[in-house]
Amino acid sequence: MQDSVIRLENIGFAYGERQVLKNVHLDIKRGMFMGLVGPNGGGKTTLIKIILGLLKPDNGSIFLLNEPMNEFKDWNRIGFVSQKANTFNKGFPATVYEVVSMGLTAKIGYFKFFKKHHKEKVLEAIRLVDMEKYTYRNIGNLSGGQQQRVFIARALVSEPELLILDEPTVGIDYKNVDRFYELLHELNVKNNLTLLLVTHDTGVMTKYATHVACLNQTLHFHGDSAAYTALTTEQLSKIYGHPVQAIVHNHD
Amino acid sequence: MLADLLQFTFLRHTFLTGLLVGIIAPLLGTFLVVRRLSLLADALSHVTLAGISFGLLLEKTMLVSFLNPLYSGMTFSVIGAILIEKLRHVYKGYQEIGIPIILSGGVGLSVIFIALANGFNNDLFNYLFGSVSAVSQQDFWTIIIMASFIIAVIRIFYKELLTLSFDEEHATVSGIHSKRIHFLFIVLTALVIAVSIRIVGVLLVSALMTLPVASAMRISHSFKQTIVLSIVFAEIAVIVGLISGYYLSIPPGGTIVVVAILILLLSISVKRFSYILSKEG
Repeated sequence: MQDSVIRLENIGFAYGERQVLKNVHLDIKRGMFMGLVGPNGGGKTTLIKIILGLLKPDNGSIFLLNEPMNEFKDWNRIGFVSQKANTFNKGFPATVYEVVSMGLTAKIGYFKFFKKHHKEKVLEAIRLVDMEKYTYRNIGNLSGGQQQRVFIARALVSEPELLILDEPTVGIDYKNVDRFYELLHELNVKNNLTLLLVTHDTGVMTKYATHVACLNQTLHFHGDSAAYTALTTEQLSKIYGHPVQAIVHNHD
Repeated sequence: MLADLLQFTFLRHTFLTGLLVGIIAPLLGTFLVVRRLSLLADALSHVTLAGISFGLLLEKTMLVSFLNPLYSGMTFSVIGAILIEKLRHVYKGYQEIGIPIILSGGVGLSVIFIALANGFNNDLFNYLFGSVSAVSQQDFWTIIIMASFIIAVIRIFYKELLTLSFDEEHATVSGIHSKRIHFLFIVLTALVIAVSIRIVGVLLVSALMTLPVASAMRISHSFKQTIVLSIVFAEIAVIVGLISGYYLSIPPGGTIVVVAILILLLSISVKRFSYILSKEG
């Protein structure tokens, strides 16, 4: 059996009276590029927060890298790029190098200092996202797409086995969105990095993701992207609760 | 002043204390400014004032001289920092509400303690606006020890403090104990304020923590550069402010802050000027 990177069993969560998640089962295996889609308010971000331990589910169990959530401590094996990543303080006086090195803080640990081999790792992560020209530039002066690449590098520098991205393309212009997904695809294939990508951009997965899960309170679809593409407009509309136009991206 | 500096021990103490304060105030101030917590320094300095006036009251009424007002100031400042943190949790979504509560509470208590001690005396005036002659031998050693402690702790937790300042959510998710690091940070801030008060005074201590940083941020690209530049600017302000304060018989708090503001104006116009040049060129 392929090993599970994330396994959710019967997750339920409510904000007060409002049920947000119900009976969510999800199994993400190593090497998958999972696209998590669904309507706004369908519980995508809540589910991510639960996976990251920022929220506790009302019921159900979570396994991260085969360990039950309450015993899981290796947070540096999981990288996270937040939706909020592009709402950071743009006037913060930090270089790309400094921001990426923050990704190592927890891995290095308390009472230990940043050493030369850590520097190598930071530079390597910056190269990986193709930002080496900007290493010592101020992060606030870069474009949205470039900043997002830097945040990916920050997540990658600790060499995680799983990268979770919550709507990472919000605020990035269209041309750069494509390049961004190419980068994720490369990381998935070349570095065998498992990816969980939250997006409402339903067209993208058909090209890059290997698997798709549709969340609207509960999972309405969970399978590989070919099967997702085969869904009819009618079926999609049922998942979303409103009419949906299936958009297929052509990149030729 | 140079000749006097060699001649009078108290001046030497003041000068060295000033140099130390010129390091620790902007060092911590950089984190404070980028986290948009500049006003925290104001609130804590007013609580420190309450502590100092409490110490002065004890000195006067009970004739206990073992309790240096510097210590009672430090204690109040740290307690104030903890209370601000507690209030932040009581009023979720109103992150800054603790600051005016603690600030006014500090001023209120100070007024009561000062009244009980039968009003202003010269000592209190020194604490308010700073003094070139107020640093005693005992203060001097306390400040050296506190400053070394503060610098060491920031050196050890530099990467955690920076990571937390930039992105609290990322810090938490990556496994850093954000709450504990934040707590450590505000306790350090409280200590820096208590220590700096001898030189710049209660009312102007927050200026030394924010003005040099504001100047440095205009010019620097990196966080490290911001820290280094803000320390350089603060030292210039302290040295020029202390010397001119001594010769003009003005409390150094005033002169130091005015020099810091001049540096700030200069850094703003330098940036403007280079921007115009780059546009023309």
